[in-house]
Amino acid sequence: MDLLEYQGKQLFARHGLRVSSGRAVAGVEDAVAAAAEVGYPVVIKAQVLIGGRGKAGGVKLAEDEAQTREHAGNILGMDIRGHTVHTLWIEHASDIASEYYASVLLDRSAKKPLVMFSVEGGVDIEEVAERSPEKLVRRHVDPLGGLTREQAVQIARDGGADADVLEGVADALTALYEVWLQEDATLAEINPLIVTPQREVRALDAKVSLDGNALYRHPENQSLSDTANEDPIERRAKEQGVQYVKLDGDIGILGNGAGLVMSTLDVVAQAGGRPANFLDAGGGSNAEKIEQAVELLLANDAVKAVLFNIFGGITRCDEVAQGLIAAFQRIKPAVPFVVRLDGTNDREGRRLLQEAALPNVHAASTMNEAAEMVVALAAGEPVGARA
Amino acid sequence: MSVLVDEHTRLAVAGITGREGSFHTLNNRAYGTSVVGGVTPGKGGQNVEGIPVFDSWQQAMEQCSPDTAMIFVPPRFAADSILEAAAAGVQLIVAITEGIPAHDELRVYNVLAREHPGARLVGPNCPGILSPGKANVGIIPASFFRAGNVGVVSRSGTLTYQIGNEIAQAGFGCSTIVGIGGDPVPGSSFVDVLELFEADEQTDLVVLSGEIGGSAEEEAADYIAAHMSKPVVAYIAGFTAPAGKQMGHAGAIVSGSSGTAAAKALALEAKGVRVGRTPTETAAIAVEVLGGAAVGAAHAD
Repeated sequence: MDLLEYQGKQLFARHGLRVSSGRAVAGVEDAVAAAAEVGYPVVIKAQVLIGGRGKAGGVKLAEDEAQTREHAGNILGMDIRGHTVHTLWIEHASDIASEYYASVLLDRSAKKPLVMFSVEGGVDIEEVAERSPEKLVRRHVDPLGGLTREQAVQIARDGGADADVLEGVADALTALYEVWLQEDATLAEINPLIVTPQREVRALDAKVSLDGNALYRHPENQSLSDTANEDPIERRAKEQGVQYVKLDGDIGILGNGAGLVMSTLDVVAQAGGRPANFLDAGGGSNAEKIEQAVELLLANDAVKAVLFNIFGGITRCDEVAQGLIAAFQRIKPAVPFVVRLDGTNDREGRRLLQEAALPNVHAASTMNEAAEMVVALAAGEPVGARA
Repeated sequence: MSVLVDEHTRLAVAGITGREGSFHTLNNRAYGTSVVGGVTPGKGGQNVEGIPVFDSWQQAMEQCSPDTAMIFVPPRFAADSILEAAAAGVQLIVAITEGIPAHDELRVYNVLAREHPGARLVGPNCPGILSPGKANVGIIPASFFRAGNVGVVSRSGTLTYQIGNEIAQAGFGCSTIVGIGGDPVPGSSFVDVLELFEADEQTDLVVLSGEIGGSAEEEAADYIAAHMSKPVVAYIAGFTAPAGKQMGHAGAIVSGSSGTAAAKALALEAKGVRVGRTPTETAAIAVEVLGGAAVGAAHAD
């Protein structure tokens, strides 16, 4: 679960990491009031979960009320690479002597927390890592012992932080590690971590990803994330406990098991089609779940044809067939379906579908055949065998 | 032979009194797996269809000496159950539970490595381990697999069934199917399981089924080139997955430019591993490498 900048900064502040004082607002008048409160000059920052805000014109400096009004009005509602700006973060502008970079993340390969630090902040860190890897210090932390003070100071020194801010950088790294650990984050990143002319070390930006599986330990974090920009179908799926990811094609996909669904998307793409979504109905899908899933698939208007790819393990194919029949009775879909049922109780499932003689439902016997059929149907071409 | 589980396995199950736990435990027993006990705190003294239930892993160990633990408890209790089983001396722990916090998995992995180096964790968020004809520990539908010489290791359950079924239809069987799970910090990696298959006399070829996220497939590629004498055929799911979106499994996510399916397939091919474009093609390559379709066995049974 990715957090907006201001949400990340609030977590930072909770763990003693220095941030500039600011306010999150959703309207121009509130922006003006917030600017007066934090004191001019202010920086007005679009709150969206996508990089490149500055280049897109989503970050502006305002010296007075007129400028605040103008910039806030322009940025609110702006589309930044598909993300609409609903919220602004207004903070007191900082004087900057240096821009550093700091992050803590879960290194899946080493199975340890990884702390990264660089004095080349304020730019894309992947570029720094590629161009001059020696300028990005990477240190693993003992996950059972945590980040020690000595280690934090050493990382700051190894990264080339100015001698007079070694302690300040170490404080920031220690606090950032606490954010990562205490909040069940998978990533906590500051870019840039600035040094002010007064030699204060402060987070000017925040990128935090929280582990959705750990939210039960953090009820206060449950309402975070960019809910305003969440896809409405994805939100509905989440409420129903179904894994749904919206894609930009026109072929609705449903399968059971994350790996099989991912594979189905690939096979459909290889057959020349464009998947409209990822939808994992999960193990043990019963008829009711299947019915709900059909509704989710069809909630996307772009969908021109649907592929059901089921390999029954715990999931029983007859249950899937019953769910599909029930869904058709209630919803009466306007688009064609291709259904491939294999695995547990597949014969019974196929027989049920055949007897129900659902309009515009086509049976496929293999995954590849199913993909080819659904691609043809989405393109408006006829196919053979009906279910 | 086979790897990890076989006819000598003595299984005990944490969460045996739950709905899913009891269902799959009894399925495993019906397959022929020796299920010696279960663990549910507060329910010691009860039994599930004759299988004795204990309050703790320590008691289970004292009373029925299991060598394999299956973890079916809810996510918030799973980490402690795994560590308790290891502390009691269980050698192999298979965690089916989905949804364990990543930080818990990190802690479990590192505590096991430090304090119980003899214990091996498979999973979590995995379908388990099946050695056809010998033992089934987990939720893999055994009816699609027959005994044979193909080792399968996979991050995904249903995808494994898909590929395994196609191999079975071509007349081949499996030594062991190992689901390592779809989470960010799995207890066992591809490399851990490849090492076992390399040493297993029954296994002649390994099918590796990977997906987006992390670098386990790239590490497997390096290991295969350096240490495997047996052929490995691979499949990678998630070529069409967009960056930054979690595709069902907690670990299946492309982060920036890392963890893509294309990079994984390239890494494997660069080390001479053949990668199928579809599950069907993967099974076909495996069958081809094994010397073509086996005679007289058109269906899995």
